[in-house]
Amino acid sequence: MTVRVLLPRLLADCTGGRTAVDVDLGGPGTVRALLDALAADHPVFDRRVRDETGALRRHVNVYVDGEDVRRADGLATAVPPSAEVMVIQSVAGG
Amino acid sequence: MDTTLLAIGTRKGLWLATSEDRRSWSLSQPHFLMTEVPSIGIDTRGGRTRLMVGLRSEHWGPTVFHSDDLGATWTEPENGAIRFPADTGGAVERIWQLQPDSADRPGVVWAGCEPHSLWQSTDSGEHFELNRGLWDHPHRPEWQPGGGGAAVHTVAPGPDGTVHVAMSAGGVYRSRDGGNSWAARNSGISAYFLPGPAPEFGQCVHKIARDAVAPSRLYAQNHHGVYRTEDDGDTWTSIADGLPADFGFVMLTHPHRAGTVWVVPLVADGERIPPEGRLAVHRSDDAGSSWRRQSAGLPDVEFNAVLRDAAAVDAGDPVGVYLGTRGGDVYASADEGETFTQVAGHLPDVLCVRAAVLP
Repeated sequence: MTVRVLLPRLLADCTGGRTAVDVDLGGPGTVRALLDALAADHPVFDRRVRDETGALRRHVNVYVDGEDVRRADGLATAVPPSAEVMVIQSVAGG
Repeated sequence: MDTTLLAIGTRKGLWLATSEDRRSWSLSQPHFLMTEVPSIGIDTRGGRTRLMVGLRSEHWGPTVFHSDDLGATWTEPENGAIRFPADTGGAVERIWQLQPDSADRPGVVWAGCEPHSLWQSTDSGEHFELNRGLWDHPHRPEWQPGGGGAAVHTVAPGPDGTVHVAMSAGGVYRSRDGGNSWAARNSGISAYFLPGPAPEFGQCVHKIARDAVAPSRLYAQNHHGVYRTEDDGDTWTSIADGLPADFGFVMLTHPHRAGTVWVVPLVADGERIPPEGRLAVHRSDDAGSSWRRQSAGLPDVEFNAVLRDAAAVDAGDPVGVYLGTRGGDVYASADEGETFTQVAGHLPDVLCVRAAVLP
């Protein structure tokens, strides 16, 4: 099962310059499993979006097919086949 | 002629300035633009220069970078330099302090972080281990966040395994065994914001600094109160007489001479500006028994504060004194505070400065 993941341009230096990657989850999975798969290839990217407890950083948002995972089941939100997942920074800072 | 490096950490990036005479400075373009730089360490031990910076992004969290070529290139360990072990359930919020140890402990660098935690590296700041003695201290659940956060903000390593840390708002803690065990050392320091007599811990210390010649003597700038200890922190006595105010964040000690210290007074907790809106450092040459004002070259009008790490000394002769304001102005003195020249202006809020004469 391949999932298209759109990544923040601001983190392109952590993902080999790419702002979109296809991740093969091997079957139905969760946002956590998807991020774990990304972390294996891009550990610095992972540290940017999740802290060392595995929690999504406060000002990082993840959408699965347009739905904010914080309004769903968080990192346990299911990622259906052929989903498009977007990781994007929230509006924050000054 | 020796080159001096001044590193300036701001709310929105790092600037590096270099000088041959510490009066005329060359300022770099920003590094890590739009990323907060709350901590800098310059490690010149062993005849090389390693620059370490603690960064924090509002979005992407904290991390540590280092550079061995004066900022031409930066390196970040892939898995992070400072990461809480899984069993702690902790997550680093901000790296407040990066402090190289002494020359006889090469490679050892300490870090103080938020949440209240102390870390030690033995590989020159590339990887840090959590200090379990302080993390597991029974007082830790009672430590409160200061206004800036719940942080170990100062690490003062001393001789013979002695280490002091200062935290907001837990106070001063001391280890005699290289960091394995810790005891609160706040006797004599007031905590006006708490009811009853001064407690064993919970004081809001803003900065401590060790006397370079008499290492059992330390100085503390508190959230109201300026103190000295002659016995490694067992007892503290006020040295605020002669200062225009006992509030402030800075405490600097001379790297070669006993008894010389600098503070940057602010009016009060509720009025965090230089007295009369005029920026000055105050220097003592007798361990705080008397003070004199030094302001030549500093602006006549200044309503911005100088934060706890936004002042530093180098190890030159005479010693250089540096400070940066929350208004983004940075000043340097090549003559131990007698006169200042402006290094930079209109930068973002200055959070920290560190300076070193390069080997």
